[in-house]
Amino acid sequence: MKVVVNGTPHEFDEDATVATVVRSFTHAPSGVAVAVNDAVVSRGDWETTALHDDDRIEVLTAVQGG
Amino acid sequence: MSLPALVEPAPELTVDEVRRYSRHLIIPDVGMDGQKRLKNAKVLCVGAGGLGSPALMYLAAAGVGTLGVIDFDVVDESNLQRQVIHGQSDIGRSKAESARETVKEINPYVDFRIHEEHLDSTNAMEIFADYDLIVDGTDNFPTRYLVNDACVLLGKPYVWGSIFRFDGQAAVFWAEHGPCYRCLYPEPPPPGMVPSCAEGGVLGVLCASVGSIQVTEAIKILTGIGDPLVGRLMIYDALEMSYRTVKVQKDPECPICGKNPTVTELIDYEEFCGVASTDAQEAALGSTISVTDLKEMMDRGENFYLVDVREPHEYEIVRIPGATLIPKDEIISGRALAQLPQDKPIVLHCKTGGRSAEALAALKSAGFSDASHVQGGVTAWAKQIDTSLPTY
Ligand SMILES: [Zn+2]
Repeated sequence: MKVVVNGTPHEFDEDATVATVVRSFTHAPSGVAVAVNDAVVSRGDWETTALHDDDRIEVLTAVQGG
Repeated sequence: MSLPALVEPAPELTVDEVRRYSRHLIIPDVGMDGQKRLKNAKVLCVGAGGLGSPALMYLAAAGVGTLGVIDFDVVDESNLQRQVIHGQSDIGRSKAESARETVKEINPYVDFRIHEEHLDSTNAMEIFADYDLIVDGTDNFPTRYLVNDACVLLGKPYVWGSIFRFDGQAAVFWAEHGPCYRCLYPEPPPPGMVPSCAEGGVLGVLCASVGSIQVTEAIKILTGIGDPLVGRLMIYDALEMSYRTVKVQKDPECPICGKNPTVTELIDYEEFCGVASTDAQEAALGSTISVTDLKEMMDRGENFYLVDVREPHEYEIVRIPGATLIPKDEIISGRALAQLPQDKPIVLHCKTGGRSAEALAALKSAGFSDASHVQGGVTAWAKQIDTSLPTY
C-alpha cells in the first residue's frame, strides 16, 4: 500500500498500522505524535489504526524550545 | 468551535485608555466590550525568553490589565538574537526586571507582576491560581508538563507554543473544552533525543511567528471572539512558509484529563522527563548497575544493603524484595545517613533511576564510596526480572 509520510511517498504492507509507520521512522516512540489525514491519532490507538492507500501521515516530534 | 469570553468586562475605560486602544475599539468584534475584558484579564507568561518576549510585549500593548511573568534567569548576550524584550544594557540583569521596564514603556496602564523564582510542583498551583490564562514560553520539557498538569488541575486554558530551528508548534490546551498537552504528547522524548534551542539553535524571528499566534489565541479566548486553537495543533514551517493545523482529540486514556486519571496532583517533572543533574550524572558514571546485575548479586547471596529511595506510597504499589525504604530527601538532607551501614556496599533504586542517581551523588559526597544505583529502577525490575509485578 502506498502512503505519504511527512510529504514523501512510502510503501507499506497491507496490514500496516500507525504503529508500523512509527517504528520504521523512529526507534523511540515517546515524544512523538502522529496525524493521519490531518487528525492526530491517540497513542493508545496506534496499534489498531489501520492505514489505507493514499493516507497522508505526519510523524511529529515534540520540541521543547521557547 | 467558538467559546464564551473567559473574562468579565471591567466597569469602564478611562479617556486615556479609549485614545490608546482606539484601533481595537473600532473593530466591531472587539469593541468597548472586548477591550474592557482585556483590561480585566490576568495573564501569566511562563518565561521572559524567546516566546515570552513577543508574548509579553503584545499582551501589554493590547491592554491586558494584569500581566505576570515567572523567570529567575538573567539576560545573557546570546539571548538578544531573539529575546526582543531585553536590550544591550540589560545584559546581566534579571529578565523579569528587564521585562518590567520594557512593558512599562509600552503600556504604563499594565499592572505587571514578577515572580522571580523557579517554577516547580511546590509553587505552581499557588502562582497560577491568581491568573485567568497561562501562556507558555519555557524552554524545557519538565516545565511544559508541569504547566500543563497545573492548568488541567486548575481548569485554566494553557496557551502553548514551542520552537526549534525553523519549526514551530502552537495549541491551546484546555481540558474542559478539548485535549491537553499529554493527550498530544503523553510523554517527552527520551532525554538527549531532542536538542534544546541552546543545543540545536533557533531562528530568532521564529519566536515572533509563534509568540504572536499565542497572543492572538489569548486575546480570542479572553474576549470570546473567533475559533480558538482548542483541539487543533498549529504547525509552522518557516522554510516552506506554511501554517497548517491538524485536529487533536481528547485521549480518553490521558493520565491527567482522561476518564480514569492516574495523575491527580503535581508530580516530580524532572524525574518524569528523566532529566538528571550534572552531579547525578557524574555520580552515576561507573556506579550504575542493571536490574540483571542486581538479580545476580542477590542470587549469589552477596552482602549488600538495598535502599529504595522512593516515597512510601510508591513502596506500597510495588517493591524489590529486600529493599529498605529511605526516601530520597532523607538521604539528600543527611538525616538518614546514620541509618546506612558503613561496612557493606549500598545499592540505591527508585522508580526509573532519576532519583536514585541524585541520592547517589549525595551519598558519594558524604563519603560512601562503595555505593551504586540501579538503572531503570523498580520499573525495569518489573519489566525484566519479575513480570508479575505491576508498573505504575
Ligand atoms: Zn489530556
